[in-house]
Amino acid sequence: MTELLEIKRVAKTYGAGPKATQALRDISFTITAGEFVCVVGPSGCGKTTLLKCVAGLLRPSGGEVVLRGRLVTEPPDEMALVFQEYGRSLFPWTNVRNNVLLPLRHKRLPAAKRKELVEDAIAAVGLTPFIDHYPWQLSGGMQQRVAIARALAYQPSILLMDEPFASVDAQTRADLEDLVLRVREQYSITILFVTHDIDESVYLSDRIVVLTHTPTVVKDVLAVELPSPRDQIATKELPEFTHLRAHVYRLIRREQQPAEQVLA
Amino acid sequence: MSTRAYRLWRTAAEIAVPIAIVVGWQLWAASAHSVKFPRPTTIAVEFRKLWLFADFDKHVVPSLERIGLGFSIAVVLGVALGVPLGLFPWARRAAMPHIEVWRAMPPPALLPISIVLLHSIGNTQKVAFIAFFCLFPVLLNTIDGVRGVDRTLLETARSYGISGFARIRHVVLPAASPQIFAGMRTSMALAVITMVLSEYFSSTNGVGYVLLISKNTFQLGPMWAAIVLIGLLGYLANAAFVLVERRVLAWHRGWRATAA
Repeated sequence: MTELLEIKRVAKTYGAGPKATQALRDISFTITAGEFVCVVGPSGCGKTTLLKCVAGLLRPSGGEVVLRGRLVTEPPDEMALVFQEYGRSLFPWTNVRNNVLLPLRHKRLPAAKRKELVEDAIAAVGLTPFIDHYPWQLSGGMQQRVAIARALAYQPSILLMDEPFASVDAQTRADLEDLVLRVREQYSITILFVTHDIDESVYLSDRIVVLTHTPTVVKDVLAVELPSPRDQIATKELPEFTHLRAHVYRLIRREQQPAEQVLA
Repeated sequence: MSTRAYRLWRTAAEIAVPIAIVVGWQLWAASAHSVKFPRPTTIAVEFRKLWLFADFDKHVVPSLERIGLGFSIAVVLGVALGVPLGLFPWARRAAMPHIEVWRAMPPPALLPISIVLLHSIGNTQKVAFIAFFCLFPVLLNTIDGVRGVDRTLLETARSYGISGFARIRHVVLPAASPQIFAGMRTSMALAVITMVLSEYFSSTNGVGYVLLISKNTFQLGPMWAAIVLIGLLGYLANAAFVLVERRVLAWHRGWRATAA
């Protein structure tokens, strides 16, 4: 097994002097090629900060992120990032096709290949009929699918997703979860997925990294041994699912109520 | 009231109010026999004599050329300077005091110096004068627009390796374009004002020149005809601009409507 991504003792402190706040204290874990890893943690624990450090958008104060043996200092070509705020990460002045195409401009590819990548990715998320629409003409769930298509067309070896489904309704969310699992197979892609939704993390992933509250460290790493392909109803009925979900819940709840713990 | 009826009513008001004003003026002027306020019909006759089409080439075309050239230079310079100033805080620190001083300058204050500096009362001086004052609305709005580009949008661009010129061309400029257009619109009005001013001060042709000569020779009819033409120029320039803006910024209206 090859380690695709190594997160080694990453720390992030904002500010300096007496006003400095330590968001991440010491975070280490690795991701193997082809894996689906979810990061969960109590709200405000610095999940997004961690993901931005991994993506090369933020410089960690300590430790390092290594992708295929190379230190990440700037966003690498092999990574694509899907933000939570689809409404703010898509380009409102151009249509779905150009939104997906724009990141490919600087990759040295023949025009025909580019067109093919764009159209395949849009087809993979089921938006072919809307290829000439503006993003804002689409629903929230569809906009996030555009963002996913853009990431897929970029052909990254690892896809980073920052609470991508936090602002869509429950039904759309379930559909998008299954969509991600499907395109993961189709594009044989590695995924690092940040979420605060425990059910989602258990349902999607091969492994779950549970974080503590700030200053954040890794609390536990859990293997998810649920059969594939996953199914919204059948998988969630399995005793292993319920058991794992409860386990993660307990880990996180203990994190969220340290004061009450002391009192009890 | 249905939307259709409302729209009809609105259009009717848009046409009826100016007509009412002109008719009122006509009735009043016919009884008052004022030298200062000739009848609109008299002005119309002068207007036709002067502008349609005897002196169109001689006076209107040069004015239009000056507006067009001055405005275009201002837009190109304003955007070219505004983008780096919007992107780099240190550049803003260095440049903002100068911009604030010059933009507060009233145009007439700089007219004499523009003639001295450029050794000319010809086209170069006039175009430069117009461009100078049209620069500031475009420049300041570009700076603001560039500074206001959504962080998430910039992070998206960065994570996808869209950098340098491509980032400006495909992300920063389109995102700032609504504000750049707002600045251009202000500049358009300024272009007409500064055009008249520069021609009024020193010129051998142009609409402003006609205004000056008619005033000096007490020809109130042609003077009013010139004023009407200037008003019309401003109105038409703005209308043309709105037409272009509607096409270029169609996405922005749609996007804002869904965001609200």
